[in-house]
Amino acid sequence: MTTEHVHLAVALDGAGFHPAAWRHPSASPDAIFTAGYWAELAATAERGRIDFLTIEDSFGLQSSQLAGPDGRTDHVRGRLDATVLAARLAPLTRHIGLVPTAVTTHTEPFHIASAIATLDYVSKGRAGWRPQVSWRVSEAQHVGRRQLPDISPTSDDPAARTLVTDLFDEAADSVEVVRRLWDSWEDDAIIKDEATGRYVDRDRLHYVDFEGRFFSVKGPSIVPRPPQGNPLVAALAHSRIPLEFAARSADVVFVTPSGAGDVPNWVGQVRDAERSVGRAGAPLKILADLVVFLDESETAAADRKHRLDELDGDELRTDASVFVGTPEALAAQLNAWQSYGIDGFRLRPGVLPHDLEQIVDRLVPALQRRGTFRTEYGDETLRERLGLARPASRYATALEDAS
Amino acid sequence: MTERPKKQVILAAYFPGVNNTTVWTDPRSKSQIEFDSFVHLAQTAERGKLDFFFLAEGLRLREQRGQIHDLDVVGRPDTLTVLAAIASVTTHLGVAGTLNATFREPYELARQLATLDHLSDGRAAWNVVTSSDAFTGENFRRGGYLAHADRYRRAAEFVATARELWDAWSDDEVIADPERGQFVRSDSPGWFEHRGSQFDIAGNFNVPRSPQGHPVVLQAGDSNDGREFAASSADIIFSRHSELSAAQAFYTDVKNRLAKYGRSRDELKVLPGVSFVLGVTAADATERAHVIRRQQVSPQTAILLLEQLWNRDLSGYDADGPLPDIDPDPSAASIINGRAPMFPDPLKTAAEWRAVAEAKGLSIRELIIERTGRQTFIGTPAHVAQAIDDFVQTDGSDGFVLAPHLTPTGLDEFVDQVVPLLQERGVLRTEYTTSTLRGHLGLPPATRWRELSRASA
Repeated sequence: MTTEHVHLAVALDGAGFHPAAWRHPSASPDAIFTAGYWAELAATAERGRIDFLTIEDSFGLQSSQLAGPDGRTDHVRGRLDATVLAARLAPLTRHIGLVPTAVTTHTEPFHIASAIATLDYVSKGRAGWRPQVSWRVSEAQHVGRRQLPDISPTSDDPAARTLVTDLFDEAADSVEVVRRLWDSWEDDAIIKDEATGRYVDRDRLHYVDFEGRFFSVKGPSIVPRPPQGNPLVAALAHSRIPLEFAARSADVVFVTPSGAGDVPNWVGQVRDAERSVGRAGAPLKILADLVVFLDESETAAADRKHRLDELDGDELRTDASVFVGTPEALAAQLNAWQSYGIDGFRLRPGVLPHDLEQIVDRLVPALQRRGTFRTEYGDETLRERLGLARPASRYATALEDAS
Repeated sequence: MTERPKKQVILAAYFPGVNNTTVWTDPRSKSQIEFDSFVHLAQTAERGKLDFFFLAEGLRLREQRGQIHDLDVVGRPDTLTVLAAIASVTTHLGVAGTLNATFREPYELARQLATLDHLSDGRAAWNVVTSSDAFTGENFRRGGYLAHADRYRRAAEFVATARELWDAWSDDEVIADPERGQFVRSDSPGWFEHRGSQFDIAGNFNVPRSPQGHPVVLQAGDSNDGREFAASSADIIFSRHSELSAAQAFYTDVKNRLAKYGRSRDELKVLPGVSFVLGVTAADATERAHVIRRQQVSPQTAILLLEQLWNRDLSGYDADGPLPDIDPDPSAASIINGRAPMFPDPLKTAAEWRAVAEAKGLSIRELIIERTGRQTFIGTPAHVAQAIDDFVQTDGSDGFVLAPHLTPTGLDEFVDQVVPLLQERGVLRTEYTTSTLRGHLGLPPATRWRELSRASA
């Protein structure tokens, strides 16, 4: 039996990951757009010594349909900008990592680099970014700068494959630009040398000179190098193309095994993707996504989920495996999955705050009793918590090599 | 003649920026990047019951003579991210930031600002700027070039589009009634459709209506187009006129433009950016002001500022020596990148400077110290409080954006010594009595913008 510590992240979105979650008695559906709601969730997660939290985002309304808005009035609609929200949470928390989603398809890499670097400053080294592509025609029409083909990305149409490939290639370029910008100031660029009157040593600032298929960016960054050097980059991947994107661009990958037996398959796919893109440096940290419904008995959890399904008129459909049961049983399952070669989990609470409280108050102690989860935070940055080194600026290294 | 009630003085705190007025050589000077500096200034402003905190934006490091400018503070954090974090360490202070409309899209920026307004409980404000500068555009996929005339067209349509997006959710769209199982009222919440020359977009805005409805909109522009844009579209106009008679002329001019748009004179606030130096006596303040000016204008900075007027490489000149014999070269490509040109008629200004330097026997550095960026209010706290009050009561402005020269403690003395005197004069609140920034400023509710757009349609 493994004694490795497991990494635990929690995913926050609206009232939770069940579409009827907002109708659960523990929910506060009229508070979803207030700072207090999110501050409380973050404080709860931090009380559980959770590694980091993620915040979902999108360039359009939530929908149960791949194609676009679904016209439903019985689900949470509307969401706050995740990066702005993460920044609001930073001064209210001290340890937990903050990993907002930001869409690459309709945004400027320069703005993302500045925002996440600044999130790293305001959180003192706890920032991350989950890059996400947007393939919805309806979302492209919100921006009006590009026409996306009206095809389902999951269809067998070769045009769908081209679309998905292009969107992830663009996302990879976006991450590349962002990482270059984070490196564009060497750590010691600010010198404040009164004798020469110079505030910075401009030889330690670097143009990034990125030119790609989708955009070009000159640099350097407007923000000095962030505390972590490169804040954490995490990507969700369900198939080959996004897995290769993660292998090229990310530090952490979220995957969706359907059960214990499926875990080795996903680990194998991640390692294949790393080989096929020639990933250098540390291997991806692999976190499995699970939607969780947790109660004191398996029956109670099953009944609760069943009632939510009934309210919604359909059984919960999701990309990730769904766990329904006790926190103690989940602890055993997580340790079992972990033994197949993954580093941890991103838990998506079915209902907020109920399932988050169950994670913090019962799952975490159960994992601690099993010796597989931290009992206290240290002073570490988010990267350090995940066992990732602080990278040297690529430009500083190049200079040393040249000398 | 009935006496007009005294105007309240609107005060904003500007976080020291990336130019030579911010003194980084002072031993008290702290980080321009670390969040603690922003917390200190914002909490000081809130202690003084100021209206809002204001943060500018950087999108490309400035260059001069083709090199990154290294004498002033360089680098700054992302505006929105800092403002959102500041909202967590303050409770009433408005959070305002510059966000360039040239390098953003309305959907994206409107939702970021609506988010900030939600998360600050109605304290968000946006200073709209545009850029026509391909130099900054090199950092963006959109590129940079906008013809000058198109800048205000884009800005005006951008703001109008943002207002349509902010109006896309009605106040009562979110029902969140678990019994009825209805979260939103309509099956297409936030629907909008904007068909214009700059933006052709439609769909569902995805942030519910925020506490202020619309964040406060600020604009800085001295040109005719800029003033007109502010009169039609903004809640606050920044002014660069801190000398009273010029300020009064500006004030009268922009206020007179409001009627054309169906707006009253109270609906647009005029705020000049100003600096201040306090002393125990008038002589002490003057001496301190001079010391600060020498810190702001090092020999190297003096040459660099002179080059911005001369538009020539003057690196061979001695800052402690006389002005160059040669004339400015306005026809050459601009020596500076990333900053708007400051002198409309360089030859005329140079001739004036020469005359002053010769008459007073000033070196390059002494002349620059005298002719650029002199502090606005210099004196004892009592003198400065009276000057501020008089300036506002005589319609030089509705208040000021205070620009301290030190990060982050540059506002401390003002709040400790001048604010109580303004409060005694009855022109500054002693406690916040409103919760939103619109409330602090005495602006009408945001529904006013919809009335105005209907009236003009």
